[in-house]
Amino acid sequence: MLNVGKIEEGFVLDHIAAGKSLSIYHHLQLDKLDCTVAIIKNARSNKMGKKDILKVECDINTLNLDVLAFIDHNITVNVIKDGEIVDKKELVLPKEIKGVIKCRNPRCITSIEQELPHIFVLADEEKEIYRCKYCEEKCRERF
Amino acid sequence: MRHLMSPLDFSVEELDRLFDLANDIEHNMSKYAHACDGRKLATCFYEPSTRTRLSFEAAMLNLGGSVIGFSDAGSSSAAKGESVSDTIRVISCFADICAMRHPKEGAPMVAASRSTIPVINAGDGGHQHPTQTLTDLLTIRSLNGSIDNFTIGLCGDLKFGRTVHSLINALVRYPNIRFIFISPEELKVPDYITDMLKEQNIPYEEVIRLEEIMPRLDFLYMTRVQKERFFNEEDYVRLKDFYILNKEKMKLAKQNMLILHPLPRVNEISVEVDDDPRAAYFKQVQYGVYVRMALILTLLEITV
Repeated sequence: MLNVGKIEEGFVLDHIAAGKSLSIYHHLQLDKLDCTVAIIKNARSNKMGKKDILKVECDINTLNLDVLAFIDHNITVNVIKDGEIVDKKELVLPKEIKGVIKCRNPRCITSIEQELPHIFVLADEEKEIYRCKYCEEKCRERF
Repeated sequence: MRHLMSPLDFSVEELDRLFDLANDIEHNMSKYAHACDGRKLATCFYEPSTRTRLSFEAAMLNLGGSVIGFSDAGSSSAAKGESVSDTIRVISCFADICAMRHPKEGAPMVAASRSTIPVINAGDGGHQHPTQTLTDLLTIRSLNGSIDNFTIGLCGDLKFGRTVHSLINALVRYPNIRFIFISPEELKVPDYITDMLKEQNIPYEEVIRLEEIMPRLDFLYMTRVQKERFFNEEDYVRLKDFYILNKEKMKLAKQNMLILHPLPRVNEISVEVDDDPRAAYFKQVQYGVYVRMALILTLLEITV
């Protein structure tokens, strides 16, 4: 069993579906942050069989985790301060997702104007439907 | 500053005020003849649409304003690769209001986000065409007296027809409207629309033949059934006559039923129907000018 040490301050993202941690790493733009990140792949899990875990050592106010709710509701977010879990963050669907999903509609203005940010807006909270801000095409992307 | 991107941008109350103004314009044209003196409308049409563009231009000229613009992307700087965002910033320096048609969906919204003048979506791909919906609503209100308590049949291509989708979305905000969708199986209204009607307990029926429901309609909104929408020639030949409105079918209709059509018509309404007093589609074009005049005044915040 591989051991990864405790972090003093930051987040532990637990119960990530096996194999998805790297995609979350990119969506949270962790590659752009100057902080320690541990990506644990295929950890044993009683609940899931196999799971991924991300440990991020950073100031807990610097990271916006809203996009996680869109990616996967089942991820557990543990907030760590002074080496202890101080909070379990509840994931709320963000009203707007910017630069995470690309609009696939070939008729959308984003298909020809490259500099436009791809923005999706929460159209139906109950059904978790996001639509492109420009053309209103439904987001069909799955993680 | 306000823009018009979708017919739902205006509340029912705001639409009532807009239509009151359009009706006042209809009956007192001369009162508004100089309302936009010195103002300029830019018609930025990245794809040809003579009808809509001329309707906007006629509207502005009727108000005493003037018009600048282009009527296809090839004659604009888009051909040189200029973005919509840049174009609208430039146009904002030339004109007081802009009507934009673009083949890409959402382009007018991008323009509105960068513009310092009001932008009207004059049609963006298969997405929205709000001034057509406002035209349809004004026609219904003017000829019916109000937008409530009627049965409307929507006939033809209900799957791809954006005018139909927009009109349904706009009409569900009004009380006691019953919908009958008349189309071949291949061109039925999309599920998201029937789901929305079910959720809101709004009565609707789906039928294949026009004749069977004709006697129940107060309005018949015709659209074209295009050959290329069918999977095979055989189905097209079999079904196309079901969706052609002629004198015979009109015999089944109420004496006060009104026929609407967003135009251009090809052959789905036989020319012999044009002289029938129930044919309202050319009046609809006239209402299109009134509603665009009212819209220009409203967005420019001009009161007369």
